[in-house]
Amino acid sequence: MSGRAQMNIVIVGHVDHGKSTVIGRLLADTGTLPKGKLEAVRESCRRNSKPFEYAFLLDALKDEQAQGITIDMARCFFKTAARDYIIIDAPGHIEFLKNMITGASRADSALLVIDADEGIKENSKRHGQMMSMLGVKQVTVLANKMDLVNFSEEVFEKLKADYTAFLSQINVTPISFIPVSAREGDNIASRSERMPWYKGYTVLEQLDQFVSDKELEEKPFRFPVQDIYKFTRSNDDRRIIAGTVAAGSVQVGDEVLFLPSGKTSVIQSVESFNTAPKVRATAGEPSGFTLTTQIYIRPGELMVKPSDPQPEVGSRFRVNIFWLGRAPMIRQKEYKLKLGSARATVRLAEIWNTLDASDLTSSKSKQQIDCRDVSECILETTRPIAFDTTVISEATGRFVIVDNYEIAGGGSVVENLSAGESLLQQHIRDRESHWEAGLIRTEQRAEVNRHRAKFIVFTGVPGTGKRVVAKALEQCLFLNGMSAYYLGVANIDRGLDADLGSRAENGGERLRRIGELARILTDAGLLFITTIDDADDYDIETLKALNEPNDILVVNMGENGFLRYQPDLQVPHLDVLAEAVKQVADHLKSREIILDYQI
Amino acid sequence: MDHLDKLEAQSVYILREAYREFKSLCMLWSIGKDSTVMLWLARKAFFGHVPIPLVHIDTHFKIPEMIEYRDHFALEWNLNMMYGENSEALAGKFTFPDGNADRITCCKYLKSEALKHTLSGEWPRYRIDHEQHRYVQDEGREPYTGVIVGVRADEEGSRSKERYFSPRDKDNVWDVGDQPPEFWNQFKTDFAPGTHVRIHPLLDWTEQNIWEYIEREKIPVVSLYFNQGEGIRYRSLGCYPCTNSVNSDARTVPEIIEELKSGKFSNIAERSGRAQDAEDGGLETLRRDGYM
Repeated sequence: MSGRAQMNIVIVGHVDHGKSTVIGRLLADTGTLPKGKLEAVRESCRRNSKPFEYAFLLDALKDEQAQGITIDMARCFFKTAARDYIIIDAPGHIEFLKNMITGASRADSALLVIDADEGIKENSKRHGQMMSMLGVKQVTVLANKMDLVNFSEEVFEKLKADYTAFLSQINVTPISFIPVSAREGDNIASRSERMPWYKGYTVLEQLDQFVSDKELEEKPFRFPVQDIYKFTRSNDDRRIIAGTVAAGSVQVGDEVLFLPSGKTSVIQSVESFNTAPKVRATAGEPSGFTLTTQIYIRPGELMVKPSDPQPEVGSRFRVNIFWLGRAPMIRQKEYKLKLGSARATVRLAEIWNTLDASDLTSSKSKQQIDCRDVSECILETTRPIAFDTTVISEATGRFVIVDNYEIAGGGSVVENLSAGESLLQQHIRDRESHWEAGLIRTEQRAEVNRHRAKFIVFTGVPGTGKRVVAKALEQCLFLNGMSAYYLGVANIDRGLDADLGSRAENGGERLRRIGELARILTDAGLLFITTIDDADDYDIETLKALNEPNDILVVNMGENGFLRYQPDLQVPHLDVLAEAVKQVADHLKSREIILDYQI
Repeated sequence: MDHLDKLEAQSVYILREAYREFKSLCMLWSIGKDSTVMLWLARKAFFGHVPIPLVHIDTHFKIPEMIEYRDHFALEWNLNMMYGENSEALAGKFTFPDGNADRITCCKYLKSEALKHTLSGEWPRYRIDHEQHRYVQDEGREPYTGVIVGVRADEEGSRSKERYFSPRDKDNVWDVGDQPPEFWNQFKTDFAPGTHVRIHPLLDWTEQNIWEYIEREKIPVVSLYFNQGEGIRYRSLGCYPCTNSVNSDARTVPEIIEELKSGKFSNIAERSGRAQDAEDGGLETLRRDGYM
């Protein structure tokens, strides 16, 4: 095994400033081109009667050659004496910003190419700022095409001063500036004799000076739970919590805390395949753990150590966001947020400030986030998630936004704002203040119906017989002369929610509609019964809030996902259906919701 | 963590992400070294299990040893192994070896078309029966919405442009000019009805990395990769009419690694033995049409 260090470098900059030429040069001058590649390109140039350029080496795709610009990031590999490099060529054309971001986000460091003759252009600035947003900390600026400005020290110093001034506004400090001519090979692999005034590193020397990743192991332990595996059918009874350690380390015997659920347990074992036995897992390792207790947790939780500084838990936060989507980000719409392993429905609550990345002018009045905008805004998820602000931990503080199946934006959390009034609370306050009642009072209705209204929700993990009991309860109450109604959730999917599309993306809106429906049907005096698989604290608190001022009764069957919320009634999985129905009906009777009944 | 640990970590993360997000998922196993490493990485990701069906497109022109190897490990590793084929083209002999098609067209029929219709469920899939040790036609006809493929960025130009999670539209077409962004290890895991996503866990691996990992993990690979005493070996495996062996003395994995690092192959492209790449348009034309 070679054991050599490897580093990802991205090359960015404005279109036509010479990124591909720099890479072609690096490949050729370090002798890392596959045999035949250089000859093939020279041959193609000869056939098409055009002068050979190093940039052509990278134009592996036909449509690139047709347009003469790099449209996507491409990777190439080369090595120096110090280590192996993967060079990521990011496109400079504005249309391909998302490709540039894809390339740059994989890099440890960046070479930002500026044409010394043409000077600083829109994307010189935009790319500088994206390096900052993406968290690429080591940036070296190449003043390219020095041959076109007679290798002038004055031109180089001017460009250096202007661009440093720009970068300081966005808190980026480049590691160095290097004057080069990629076409002629000056200061790429060997020192230029035509710029004796330059005493710094060549590009190759500079690359070898970049340092590899930051010390993640020393940070607080963070483990986004990616999945929970149990391969029972293959005769394996281990219940394994799987994911990759984002920061810090953990070992067998450590107490662990899951957020946002708040559940705790202790690491029993560190699982792996085809390795020596492990007792410890550290930052960067794909891992799996078993716990000493069988607790019910879901993918998307963040596992931490209670002894470490704690992450934030909240549903309303201030973020910096960049937008790549063709459609703008707007307030009236639900999006999907992915942060670490967490997935949540999210809305744009407020826009504070929007920056035009090309000239750094800002606007406080924008009502939506357009493609290529960088905004400071407030997002609100429908359910709380665990996160860090990016100052503490980047891996658990960065997120992407999915719009219409595509990743359309990305950003980082700056501050937890969960103490403020949520969009849900605002919505309910507004709804209730405008509620138009008929002429019949609630008490009158109860008197005539001979029972009060109630929203009855059955929950618990799937397969506990919730629906059977719920339907039997409806039948029992109805046969005793009461106004009871059972609603199958599937009916809503195909009816009321038919406009919502995929389930995951619109979880918040689905829940809201059930809550609104409950508010109306309990107002009508009904005993309104429905079932929700595997509800958690958040689901029930949301339904309860939406149903207000009316009452809710939560009946849990089997294992549940609650931590704070105490279900009003816990019904075990019963063999005798009548017993389960009786438990619920007795409870209703004891609370004076219904009077006498017979089964 | 050394460079192999890091590559392994990223691939395992991608495999677990795919398994979490795609309800109808399969992995293509070509029997070659790359997809075999990928299969091994799945065993890493899922702690010795492979909870994802493996699909092999059988052109019936594969070197026989490859099929023996496939079935041996399908049974030994308890794999949910399936194959698909273009039975019409094979029965009608519309192939290059039969003299009725050029190499590219033959690839299109026996690989691209077979793959497309096997993934969509339109053509039969044959699943290994672990009791009877033979293949039986599978009853499942659901289309796969996530397809895990072992392509590497260093293999060839068009593959260097791939995403880890790469969408294909209803007609299997790859729009290379308009790919989704991919950053901070968040991938395209949402997809419109009728479309599917190809998942590439090996994108960052080089040919040398593959052999280093095979050596470290002691992964069994087909013996065709080694010189059996005749001074030749295969560097890349495909159908026998279109895959040429290379002159090489390498008999062991360390000898292959040495050959790649400093020896005669350090500057020669791996797929140089694949004849179809050299024809007009080559691999890129094939890939736009759904080839891997």
